[in-house]
Amino acid sequence: MTVAQEPGTRRAKPEWQLKLYVAGHTTKSMAALANLKHICETHLAGRYEIEVIDLLVKPQLAAGDQILAVPTLVRKVPEPMRKIIGDLSNEERVLVGLDVRPVPDR
Amino acid sequence: MAKRTQKNSGTQPAQEAGLPKTPTGIAGLDEITRGGLPTGRPTLVCGGAGCGKTMLAAEFLVRGATAFGEPGVFMSFEESGADLAANMRSLGFDLVKLQRDGLLAIDHVQVERSEIEETGEYDLEGLFIRLGHAIDRIGAKRVVLDTLEALFAGLPNPAVLRSELRRLFHWLKDRGMTAVVTAERGDNMLTRYGMEEYVADCVLLLDQRIVDQVSTRRLRVVKYRGSSHGTNEYPFLISDSGLSVLPITSPRLDHPAYTERVSTGVRGLDEMLGGQGVYRGGSVLVSGSAGTGKSTLAACFVDAACRRGEKAILFVYEESAPQLLRNMRSLGIDLERWVKKGLLVIHASRPALHGLEQHLVQMYDMVSRARPQVVAVDPISNLTIQDADPLLKAMLVRLVDFLKYEAVTSLFTTLTHEGSHGPELLSEIGVSSMMDTWVVLSNHEYNGERTRTVQLPKSRGMAHSNQVREFVFSDHGVDLVDVFVSGQRVLTGAARQAQQARQAAESLWREREHAHRLQQLADQRRLLDAQIAGLLAEADAREAELGLTIEREGGRVAAAAPAARKGAPR
Repeated sequence: MTVAQEPGTRRAKPEWQLKLYVAGHTTKSMAALANLKHICETHLAGRYEIEVIDLLVKPQLAAGDQILAVPTLVRKVPEPMRKIIGDLSNEERVLVGLDVRPVPDR
Repeated sequence: MAKRTQKNSGTQPAQEAGLPKTPTGIAGLDEITRGGLPTGRPTLVCGGAGCGKTMLAAEFLVRGATAFGEPGVFMSFEESGADLAANMRSLGFDLVKLQRDGLLAIDHVQVERSEIEETGEYDLEGLFIRLGHAIDRIGAKRVVLDTLEALFAGLPNPAVLRSELRRLFHWLKDRGMTAVVTAERGDNMLTRYGMEEYVADCVLLLDQRIVDQVSTRRLRVVKYRGSSHGTNEYPFLISDSGLSVLPITSPRLDHPAYTERVSTGVRGLDEMLGGQGVYRGGSVLVSGSAGTGKSTLAACFVDAACRRGEKAILFVYEESAPQLLRNMRSLGIDLERWVKKGLLVIHASRPALHGLEQHLVQMYDMVSRARPQVVAVDPISNLTIQDADPLLKAMLVRLVDFLKYEAVTSLFTTLTHEGSHGPELLSEIGVSSMMDTWVVLSNHEYNGERTRTVQLPKSRGMAHSNQVREFVFSDHGVDLVDVFVSGQRVLTGAARQAQQARQAAESLWREREHAHRLQQLADQRRLLDAQIAGLLAEADAREAELGLTIEREGGRVAAAAPAARKGAPR
């Protein structure tokens, strides 16, 4: 399990807790992680935490969050739980899915 | 029914060479599929809502785990593990314990469409990983996917889903999993989402039909690639001990045959059956129209069993138990004492209460639990609302087979409609062919009265009377009496009594005449004797007289002799 921690102030409970479920280092998985990092840096800078779970390593974790599709992004916090499946290539839909108000372009 | 869980491969029908099969352990299903489902391949079970797909799938796993030592994974897309366990507990299956023992893994896959947003490419590797993990954890050989189609509602992209399902079935085959996949029935095809495209090796179709307000479940093997199979529709039932499919004909006829004979409870009938009654474990069919004494015969049958100290069950579908007891008491048959002693169980229920399958299950259950030596069913014809229901025959074959294997002597009554010309026998041919002994009761109307008669069209393996007898009821039981044949007619009732009286009078008359003749003869003889005595006396007298005469003549001759000698010198 790799934890990508946003740099800077480290709080116990970030406002956004995200989990990304992948299965090995496939193209789709790597793309999803890259896209997610980019989106978070752009719109949630300093307020998020990403946990990447490789199901090939920890298959027992798949049932807990009801994972079927890979990759799946799970928003645990804030409630309610949301899921976004796919490689997260469509930024707009990811933002809608996460219910994140986009930061206006500068 | 407990036999079903035996791990005995000998009870399984022989498998064909070539295609390996995995027995389901579900009663009857392995017989229809000639050994079970294809090993290492997926089988599709489709049917409408509430058909028993989940029950069948779950029992497949439970039997696999308990009877064949094959652990299984239940992947549920609809019910939660707790719900499933609660539902299966009603069939007597303890899923919680099986899970604890590592013989079963339940994974509830929940897909909420509203929670899911799709952005970009994905696959269902998560599902594969979950399934693979569960399989590896318990070393599963069997997999159930119930109902995969829930995914179509939960995932936004059907194209991805279809290609992933195709991959899933290949993956299951590669891993050698014997899988049962359930699917909802579609309008014009077997399944709503065309699952039969992916799972094409073996397809079972479940169906629940309502005929005359009574529902019956049926199962059909639509397709079984590489194997022969029963092609009929088979009724099946879900009882408190699992699923049970009823093949129309049991494939084997190898129940034991007993030579011991048991009484039918009617002395005259026993006499007609070679004087000893029927074979233990045999089946007796009693047919007749209304009021011919079928129920009474059934009561006598169980009464005789209880007299021998055996256990009996009487299933009645026409009257209540108290009414039956009262009616039989009026004939001097006291069944109540047997009920009190615990030897007799009278089970009265309304035929329309449940479908045929439920009645059959009830009989199975009661017989398996009470283990009686004798069972009577009064009447079987009432169990179905339709006339000539083919299911009834199927059910009876199954029931008769079952009772024979349990060495239970059985009696079934059936109502026949009195035909215009003679034999009501015709209508019952279908059922009678599987019974060992067939008793036909009929009403004869003649001379202004109606009498009951009994005849025995058949009784396998024993000498039996070909005569028609009269069935007589009195307040001290029932019995049979010989009928009189006069000219071309069989005489019963008053005509029989009149004939009896006439014959008695005739024989009295003949006796008197005979005595008279003897008397005459004696008289004549005495007369002759007297005459003989007289003649003898006369003969004696004459002889005496003759003697005297001879003597006298002799004296005279002697005196004259010397004179004669002097008168003739030479």
